[in-house]
Amino acid sequence: MPLLEIRNLKVEFETAKGAFKALDGVDYTVDAGEVLSIVGESGSGKSVAMLAVMGLLPDTATITADVMEFEGRDLRTLSSRERRKVIGKDISMIFQEPIASLNPCFTIGFQLAETLKIHTDLNSAARKARVLELMRAVGIPDPEGRVSAYPHQMSGGQCQRVMIAMAIACSPKLLIADEPTTALDVTIQKQILDLLVQLQQESGMGLIMITHDMGVVAETADRVIVQYKGRKMEESDVLSLFENPQHAYTKALLSALPENATGDRLPTVSDFADAGGF
Amino acid sequence: MTKNTPVAAAAQVKLEQESRNATKAMLLEFWYYFSQNKGAVLGLAVFVLLVLVAVFAPLVAPHDPDVQYRDSFLVPPVWLEGGKAAFLLGTDAVGRDILSRLIFGARFSLFIGIVVVTIALVGGIVIGLVAGYMRGFVDTFIMRVMDIILAFPSLLLALVLVAILGPGLMNAMIAIAIVLQPHFVRLTRAAVLAERSRDYVVAAKVAGAGHFRLMFKTILPNCLAPLIVQATLSFSNAILDAAALGFLGMGAQPPTPEWGTMLAEAREFILRAWWVVTFPGLAILITVLAINLVGDGLRDALDPKLKRS
Amino acid sequence: MINAGAFVYSTGDHPAVSWQDPPVRHIRTHDMFRILFSRLGLLIPTFFGVTLVAFSFIRLLPGDPLDLLAGERGIDPERKAQLMAQMGFDRPLWEQYLDYLLNIFQGDLGTSFASKKPVLDEFLTLFPATAELALCAIIIAVCLGIPAGIFAAVKRGSVADQAIMGTALVGYSMPIFWWGLLLIILFSGILQWTPVSGRISLMFFFPQVTGFMLIDSLLSGEKGAFLSAVRHLILPSVVLATIPLAVIARQTRSAMLEVLGEDYVRTARAKGLPPFRVIGFHALRNALIPVITTIGLQVGVLLAGAILTETIFSWPGIGKWLVDSISRRDYFVVQGGLLLIAGIIMLVNLIVDLLYGLINPRIRHN
Repeated sequence: MPLLEIRNLKVEFETAKGAFKALDGVDYTVDAGEVLSIVGESGSGKSVAMLAVMGLLPDTATITADVMEFEGRDLRTLSSRERRKVIGKDISMIFQEPIASLNPCFTIGFQLAETLKIHTDLNSAARKARVLELMRAVGIPDPEGRVSAYPHQMSGGQCQRVMIAMAIACSPKLLIADEPTTALDVTIQKQILDLLVQLQQESGMGLIMITHDMGVVAETADRVIVQYKGRKMEESDVLSLFENPQHAYTKALLSALPENATGDRLPTVSDFADAGGF
Repeated sequence: MTKNTPVAAAAQVKLEQESRNATKAMLLEFWYYFSQNKGAVLGLAVFVLLVLVAVFAPLVAPHDPDVQYRDSFLVPPVWLEGGKAAFLLGTDAVGRDILSRLIFGARFSLFIGIVVVTIALVGGIVIGLVAGYMRGFVDTFIMRVMDIILAFPSLLLALVLVAILGPGLMNAMIAIAIVLQPHFVRLTRAAVLAERSRDYVVAAKVAGAGHFRLMFKTILPNCLAPLIVQATLSFSNAILDAAALGFLGMGAQPPTPEWGTMLAEAREFILRAWWVVTFPGLAILITVLAINLVGDGLRDALDPKLKRS
Repeated sequence: MINAGAFVYSTGDHPAVSWQDPPVRHIRTHDMFRILFSRLGLLIPTFFGVTLVAFSFIRLLPGDPLDLLAGERGIDPERKAQLMAQMGFDRPLWEQYLDYLLNIFQGDLGTSFASKKPVLDEFLTLFPATAELALCAIIIAVCLGIPAGIFAAVKRGSVADQAIMGTALVGYSMPIFWWGLLLIILFSGILQWTPVSGRISLMFFFPQVTGFMLIDSLLSGEKGAFLSAVRHLILPSVVLATIPLAVIARQTRSAMLEVLGEDYVRTARAKGLPPFRVIGFHALRNALIPVITTIGLQVGVLLAGAILTETIFSWPGIGKWLVDSISRRDYFVVQGGLLLIAGIIMLVNLIVDLLYGLINPRIRHN
């Protein structure tokens, strides 16, 4: 049984200019222990599906799917309360802007402990110990000192480590990472990616990596889904994708990488649009 | 310089044309956002109506506001028992038609608003520009003076100023304008401080613009949005404060049909003749509400963060 | 005057306290003193400016100060010369100003002509009445305004939101002296539920312990006294609370709307926290920061509003005292009153500044 199974997911937003189709019938499947990467440019809807799974979309969104199951449980029919038992515990998510994703008024230790308080019945001392343990696991130096720090006192990389710690606090079965390194320095990017891969391998959890960066895909993914304007263009394992891309859009994306710049002009996606019919 | 060649002249004309088009486009975009706020449009309509009523008061009002009808003291509004058709909203204690007084009172309220806002705006902008631009001792001194003004509750300071200057409408307006000054000064100064280090200002300076030009032609137009919103807020505050002063007997003096003064005269009759109290206050409320609706709409339309294109 | 910026702190260790508690314990007193002293540095020149304004008041009045003080009876020249020397009006202005300052620091603000009592004493006697009124008003405004603002923000665009905001708009467009009169007509005149004036029914007479009628009436133990005090207090409080209530509701709504769109609120939801905690704790904590400043600024509005409210309800507080004194030409009262009220407002603003530094960690650490 796959960890996460989504079939024919459609998400529409009500806007002032009418309904906007963010996702138009996309399928996703993730197995336990697998790393799936969803790649696409801005506006492809890659984050929307995962936000829909987490229940984080605004009320203006209409979500329909043939199947939307996590560990066999139908997510569409969950009540809010039941969903809150799953979110943050079995499925967790980290986001793009780490410092902004942490509440500036509370210490990081407090925010970490909060997850444990909601989802576990550890007592105060046990929570404190676990928080320090988590901070060590994600590689934050001097956990005892940093535990009473505020988000604005830490760097972006460290805040992202805190977010990761918060996400793995309750040993989730599935971790969704929505562009986790986009806002970070290049050197820090590698550290965070390595950390995510390491944690995934140690715990055997499923990892969904949403990104627009093909380099990140190459580093981390087992399987890849290529998305464009709310529709799936291609899905395959990572090696086949890079060696033998099937869809014209995937070819366009790969050609647009600076590494592939030979000649006078860097190819763009729209060069391939007519041929690929997308 | 190439100023006088035909090519340069044609380019100049084109530049001006584009500049005009850009301004027109900006105004149209502004109106688009403003008109989406139905409350603001309603407020604007009411306000325009008020202006028309005030301007054409002698034509619109059924009676002269100062004429006392000796046989009609404290007549109720027409729909109540004892009301007369000649006096739609009733009469006051000395037999003057309330509706006519309200209509003429609109003139005073609008006059007060315009004068006060003009003084406060002009003074506030100039002082704020100077403070923000000059920095240093001048800035510190000006801001301390503003802090002193703000240390007093506005009405109290206005009362004291009127006590010094003597009761009356003109003095009340001056007092209120002084009391509202600091808000404009602070806004302008804050905007100037934010803008003066921006690249376009530095560019203008490098191109040789002098101080005055920099202050008024370069920086000021980019600070206008919050000032416009504050101006509408101060317009309504001015009307409220002037009415309050009138109510306390320190503003417009009887028999001026200023709405606040009318309320002061009516106070002793609140239990006997509620209409003498209700209608002038209602007039103030509707006017201020309309202006505040417009102000809200302006703020939403002018706030770049809310632009939804 | 609320200028909550430019405080520089050294990053130091945090004291070893329980970090699982909300962060209020992390403030070092050293930090707060630093804020205090920097604010005082700004306040001191402002305070002297205020004394200058108060001092100038009598001297700016048209006419000779002594003629004014003598009133309509006039004063014969010999007596006038005597009084001039006595009051120091014949000395150079700067000397008079220094005298005035010295007197202030000794607590002498002059004597009221109407009551013949020292201005400071009269102020202290009447102030509790205004304080009681203002406190009730701000409590009403905060307890109704903040929840209303939160609700309107959470239900943005709904009928409830528009209704709340519409009401708030009407609330601060209202001339409160008229609003008070209307409520008197309705509740005192037609329904006869509340009295028209005063702080308590005339049939009660008990010693003033605190000056707060609500507390004193309870302490006196007289039957019906507390209820009478409440009935007298409720209408003026509601009238005075109207504008702050509207402003606080609007400000809370706009602050909440801004906060609700922030990433950390999404994170809180993603953690599986219940909506009540996401909104009422994570979001509200951040939204309250600008709202606290607004509440502090409302004190000035309250004191201005108290002038009108006390006049309408014949409430024996400092607002009414000042207005009457201006009409009566009791100038020392006005001079002293100006000073004291401005002083109170500056003090409250200082406290709000400190509070702002306390609750906003980013300002604390810069």
